[in-house]
Amino acid sequence: MSKYETIIGLEVHVQLKTATKLFCGCSTKFGAEANTHTCPVCLGLPGALPVLNKKAVNLAILTGLALKFKINEFARFDRKNYFYPDLPKGYQISQKDKPFCEHGKLEITIDGVKKEIGITRAHLEEDAGKLLHSGSSGQIGDAEESLVDLNRTCVPLLEIVSEPDLRSPAEAFEYLGALKSILQYIGVSDCDMEKGSLRCDANISLRPFGQKEFNPKVEIKNVNSFKNVKDALEYETARQTQCLDSGEKTFQETRLFSAEKGTTTAMRAKEESNDYRYFPEPDLVVNHITKEMIEEIKKTLVELPAVRRSRFVTAYGLPEYDAGVLTASKAFADYFEVCAGLNKNYKAISNLIMGDLMGFLKAAGKDISDSPVKPENLVKLVKLIDTNIISSKIAKVVFEDMFKESADPEDVVKAKGLVQITDEGAVGKIIDKVLLENPAIVAEYKSGKDKVIGNLVGKVMKESAGKASPGLVNKILKEKLSN
Amino acid sequence: MNYTGLKALELAKLIREKQITSKEVTMGFIERIKQKNVKLNAFVNEEFEGAIKTAENCDNILAIGGKELSPLFGVPIALKANMCSEGTKVTCCSKILENYISPYDATVVEKIKKAGMPILGKCNMDEFAMGSSTENSVNGPSLNPWDNSRIPGGSSGGSSVAVAAGLSPLALGSDTGGSIRQPAACCGVVGLKPTYGRVSRYGLVAFASSLDQIGPFSGDIEDNAALLEIIAGYDKRDSTSINKEVPAYSKYLNKSLKGMKIAMPKEYFIKGGLAPDVLEALNSSVEIFKKLGAEFEQVSLPHTEYCLATYYIIATAEASSNLARYDGVHYGYRKKDSKSLIEMMTKSRAEGFGNEVKRRIMLGTYVLSAGYYDAYYLKAQKVRTLIKRDFDRVFEKFDCVLTPTTPASAFKLGEKILDPIQMYLSDIFTISANLAGVPAISLPCGLSDNKLPVGLQLIGKPFMEGELFTLAHAFEKAYGWKNTVNTEV
Ligand SMILES: [Zn+2]
Repeated sequence: MSKYETIIGLEVHVQLKTATKLFCGCSTKFGAEANTHTCPVCLGLPGALPVLNKKAVNLAILTGLALKFKINEFARFDRKNYFYPDLPKGYQISQKDKPFCEHGKLEITIDGVKKEIGITRAHLEEDAGKLLHSGSSGQIGDAEESLVDLNRTCVPLLEIVSEPDLRSPAEAFEYLGALKSILQYIGVSDCDMEKGSLRCDANISLRPFGQKEFNPKVEIKNVNSFKNVKDALEYETARQTQCLDSGEKTFQETRLFSAEKGTTTAMRAKEESNDYRYFPEPDLVVNHITKEMIEEIKKTLVELPAVRRSRFVTAYGLPEYDAGVLTASKAFADYFEVCAGLNKNYKAISNLIMGDLMGFLKAAGKDISDSPVKPENLVKLVKLIDTNIISSKIAKVVFEDMFKESADPEDVVKAKGLVQITDEGAVGKIIDKVLLENPAIVAEYKSGKDKVIGNLVGKVMKESAGKASPGLVNKILKEKLSN
Repeated sequence: MNYTGLKALELAKLIREKQITSKEVTMGFIERIKQKNVKLNAFVNEEFEGAIKTAENCDNILAIGGKELSPLFGVPIALKANMCSEGTKVTCCSKILENYISPYDATVVEKIKKAGMPILGKCNMDEFAMGSSTENSVNGPSLNPWDNSRIPGGSSGGSSVAVAAGLSPLALGSDTGGSIRQPAACCGVVGLKPTYGRVSRYGLVAFASSLDQIGPFSGDIEDNAALLEIIAGYDKRDSTSINKEVPAYSKYLNKSLKGMKIAMPKEYFIKGGLAPDVLEALNSSVEIFKKLGAEFEQVSLPHTEYCLATYYIIATAEASSNLARYDGVHYGYRKKDSKSLIEMMTKSRAEGFGNEVKRRIMLGTYVLSAGYYDAYYLKAQKVRTLIKRDFDRVFEKFDCVLTPTTPASAFKLGEKILDPIQMYLSDIFTISANLAGVPAISLPCGLSDNKLPVGLQLIGKPFMEGELFTLAHAFEKAYGWKNTVNTEV
């Protein structure tokens, strides 16, 4: 057990799902030709002025409601001033003193224990552009040429800043998962880290147990997946433990994470950081968020993952574990509920979704929304098993075809002749053949080694091409061997 | 026939009645610009080809009996060099934008085009509207048509010279701390700064966003009212523009002043703060107003002494941020052969901006810096609220506030260029209206001892530009101002 307590806070940027940018009418679509989704406003041309996208405000408030934030009655935008080539105006329109949401919270479950994590604030801001550098290092410092794509400029981001309430990399991992789940549930963001619609910076410091004040925090950048966040934090915990053990002082700095090496390296000390000279954005007016507005937005709030999880336990009798896995993603939970509306064998449905479907989707890199196996077909498969038409073993084979060919399981079973052999005579014949071919095993069994019966069952199943009903095989085999 | 002495509405009437064509009028002004601009330097960007095209188009529309034409249909106009119009140079009279061509129209330009007004070109100004004399222009100063050794005022000096010298019947300017009214006073023309939010700022290159406002220059009040009606109105592209109906300003003209109450703030008339000849002109103006039935009373605007300091904190703070986009990366002047990104940005800005602009960027950066923000910017915002309240209180009882526009008539070129504080003091009477966001108009009210125009300022309630026109128009008729330089050969 370490003698240090780990203090972690997370800053998460999520791209809000709006059709147009935060301050202009340009499209937010990802992957367009460079600089085609631009206009005088997002290019920062002289004379252009920002106009706030109301949809983005609604999504910020919706997030605020889902994360139990206090919604500020008056919210204001501020300018964050700094020079960088991906920032055409020389300032970013963000929020400093009066964000839309303050004092939120999120519940996570860690080792079966529930814990509440405070969220300091959630504020709206515009994204910057994207730079591409030619030359060996890919860095701006020694680039022969640098290109800038301003399609991403002005895309709406919601920055969600947690309190330093997280006490381990595992808690940070849980927090991110729970946050992502909620944001996807309420439909405010895709939360796709690969496309950059969710980005995370982590702050971490260690202190001896019992110490009141925090030690200087280290900010970790360039973490591109939840697992990276966890790995980076674990590395930092070890590094800072070593620092403190050897009597060194840690200091406030920014460190870059390398996913290949699994290490962090110093980027810049905070001393040389910018003074952003924040001041209220004079081109935009103060936003008055009325009670009526909040009530209107509240109506669009869907059932959140935690509530749905307990309902899955009570309404469908699923184990906690199943309920947790199924409700982590709204799309999977929705899928389950469509199936559950068609067939009452909830546990069987859950098993097929959690086992086969999730596995196949992951292997194929597909989203549940593009699943080739539709709920109607999944419940048909459940029915085929429940009515003993196929064995659950054969079901695996059928499922593969259902996934690869988008096939109806009844058609697959018919076409491939996979109907389970439930005729006692037929099964008995196969067993006779196997017993005849394996006198040594039979002798072993009869000498008291009961366990070898499994071997015989396997051979019978193989002989029947998997179609023999396993229950029947067991029963008849035992009868015949005891004779 | 020389059209250049005629007022805009008269020209519009002649054009509408087909006594003359818009093209003839436009060509007439182009001829006069060609004659006079070499010396006066009012226009820095001539856009004659486009103007003639618009004029011809107007004449074609009239030929086929076009209906519902704007009251200034076919009448040419000049813009200030900080207004974006598609496909033309918008330089702000700065080296940093010397070759910048705007790909879009400002909202006011759209409205001008829609009204069928040929745009003659863009007028000289102090770089990025920072200055009171046009001496801070990369194109050199404009000259005052009344005395070529004197400044025309600024920053919209080119626009006021264009109208005063008869190079254009109308012009637009922008006013952040007096940049329309002070040059109007110096050149003997009418200049209005509308209420903040009355005219869209979309496409006006920003100096100080919370203070900037576009307004009209004209030879008289009637023309001014007609032009304001065209450019005013809510614009969804400018979040600070106000959704309030634009009244028919012509309906506010030719009205009696009986019972109207005018306040004279004592802080604007303190001893030593005003040239004697300006005070004399003001005093006789008050007599005229009284004869017209207006009632006067002295009042106090107690926070007046803080206006200048408050203004130079807020304006420079906003400017330091607004001008950050000129970094040599995306457009505008770029220092070639820089060895690093920082060097390129630093040198582009060091070489691209003039001294006054750099001074204000540094001031603004300083007042927003960590540790100074509360003492300067935040405090200035609080004082700004107090200044607004001063006006609110006075407007509970009065229809308008009367002050001089400038402390003295136009000064000599070069006289104050080395003394920024003296230069800043030329705007001492105009700044308060920008801080309070209220409308204010300057109109000629007399001549100084050395025969230069003197301006009178009327400050009104928010969105009460109409009442200002009522007062100014009655005065103008009673006083009978005569511009003697607009037809001078
Ligand atoms: Zn855009």
